[in-house]
Amino acid sequence: MAEVLVLVDHVDGEIKKNTYEMLTAARRLGEPSAVVVGTPGTATKVAEGLGAHGAEKIYVAESDDAVNYLSTPQVDALAVLVERVSPRAVLIPAGADGREVAGRLAVRTNSGWLNDVVDIDDQGAATHSIFGGAFTVQAHATTDTAVISWRSGSIEIEEHAAAGTQETVEVPAIDESKSAKVSNRAPIVGGDRPELTEANVVVAGGRGVGSAENFNVVETLADSLHAAVGASRAAVDSGYYPNQFQVGQTGKTVSPQLYIALGISGAIQHRAGMQTSKTIVAVNKDPEAPIFEIADFGVVGDLFSISPQLTEEVGKRSS
Amino acid sequence: MNIVVLIKQVPDTWSERTLSDADKTLDRASSDAVLDEINERAVEEALKIKEAGDATITVLTVGPDRATDAIRKALSMGADSAVHVNDEAIHGSDAVTTAKILAKAIGTVEDVQLVLAGNEATDGRSGAMAGMLGEVLGWPSLTHANEMSVDGGTVTVKRETDEGTADLAASLPAVVSVAEKINEPRYPSFKGIMAAKKKPVSKIGISDLGLDAGEVGLAGSLVQVDSFAPRPPKSGGQKVEDEGDGGAKIAEFLAGQKLI
Repeated sequence: MAEVLVLVDHVDGEIKKNTYEMLTAARRLGEPSAVVVGTPGTATKVAEGLGAHGAEKIYVAESDDAVNYLSTPQVDALAVLVERVSPRAVLIPAGADGREVAGRLAVRTNSGWLNDVVDIDDQGAATHSIFGGAFTVQAHATTDTAVISWRSGSIEIEEHAAAGTQETVEVPAIDESKSAKVSNRAPIVGGDRPELTEANVVVAGGRGVGSAENFNVVETLADSLHAAVGASRAAVDSGYYPNQFQVGQTGKTVSPQLYIALGISGAIQHRAGMQTSKTIVAVNKDPEAPIFEIADFGVVGDLFSISPQLTEEVGKRSS
Repeated sequence: MNIVVLIKQVPDTWSERTLSDADKTLDRASSDAVLDEINERAVEEALKIKEAGDATITVLTVGPDRATDAIRKALSMGADSAVHVNDEAIHGSDAVTTAKILAKAIGTVEDVQLVLAGNEATDGRSGAMAGMLGEVLGWPSLTHANEMSVDGGTVTVKRETDEGTADLAASLPAVVSVAEKINEPRYPSFKGIMAAKKKPVSKIGISDLGLDAGEVGLAGSLVQVDSFAPRPPKSGGQKVEDEGDGGAKIAEFLAGQKLI
């Protein structure tokens, strides 16, 4: 059976659940092999989880330089493996860093690149969601290896015990003239809340929240649901909430099980980032707000009374 | 220093976007087209470098006839000349092929030291063209720049993405993609608009780039679109007026869906 490579999504050895999703998807196509690119010691931290989710092999490309250059260490390691094992596909997380790795790998190995994939079948037919979920597109790569950028939160993770045999990959030294050197790396940490694109539940606030201080109403509800906090562009532009939490056309695309929109009118720009959410709940004062057109459940009213009441109800039900 | 700025005309995100039934590509005729806002920031950054020292700015676009509007806008902001790759055969090119075409087109400009681009177009959203182009050219790519400076043979960038921040440095020649916060692009002045009309625009086809029709467009693409469908419209569900129990009603709904 053909191998399918999965680039392990991790921050300093802390694995992201998207990795398990990609391993689950990879199993439909062939035999999953995880590829760990990181500083020495990373593979030891992630090996157990990878084996438990279907990784027959774990290719280990560890070096101090792994964090010192932008995307080149990942591209180099994957390119070596594509050459060596001719995988049917390479799955790479669809975040900003991952897309860069995917695009570069596709160029270097002359492979078809399927971007922002949300589903794949055993024939290698990929489903993409484009224009913020307004269309779904089926496509396949015409090359032997497909490079696939996988959108987090698309399929259910399945556990599957596998060998998880580790194998070291020798990667040539980095060519400095072709690479950007990285320093002062600081991952954005969202505190104790789940990451926006990985969260099962997202609670988002819009212009209707009215101020930065008022956003604690959104945060309180989010915390009761173990949810990530999002914001509309209007809220971000008004300075109510930081840029990295923006959901929409020019922000992040999320697809959680539950999306709760508080004081968000639901302009096309915003819907583009959240309309593939499984269930949408909206609270808005304006009964004509377009968000209600896509909400499974909408309440016309004041978010400052409805949201705290909902927080309280959630608390009662979970205790 | 010779700088090339990549610009792209995209469908306005405020208008309805769709795909063409015939060949499953973006239907560019059906929506309003604008110069992608992020490209204006790339042009602005090039102009800043020019003002601080000495630079010649060439804008480069790959697109149909009406991409001329995007070129004029960039020239009226202050870019010196333009290269417009316009060829029927390009239609339907995938990202890998587009990167190859752009790299060839950059090769038509002499002694390029810096290529600037937006970090993500609003239509394709591959968000990786700068990296891919760097890969084809064999140059470093410094992406998602919120600040950048060029000093001698080195370019440095402050990078910010959803995933984190970092400082980047690389030697020239290099490709840099700019992010939204890098600057506020200037409005073209009346003088700039008049001057733009006289600036040279070199219109070339793929044969001028040494490419063959079979290598580009749908024929040269490494991915094939099999079908597409508009997502079934999500119908609005229940909508209720808050009568003091709105929060409780949401909780009931969520419990019914087994979401809490």
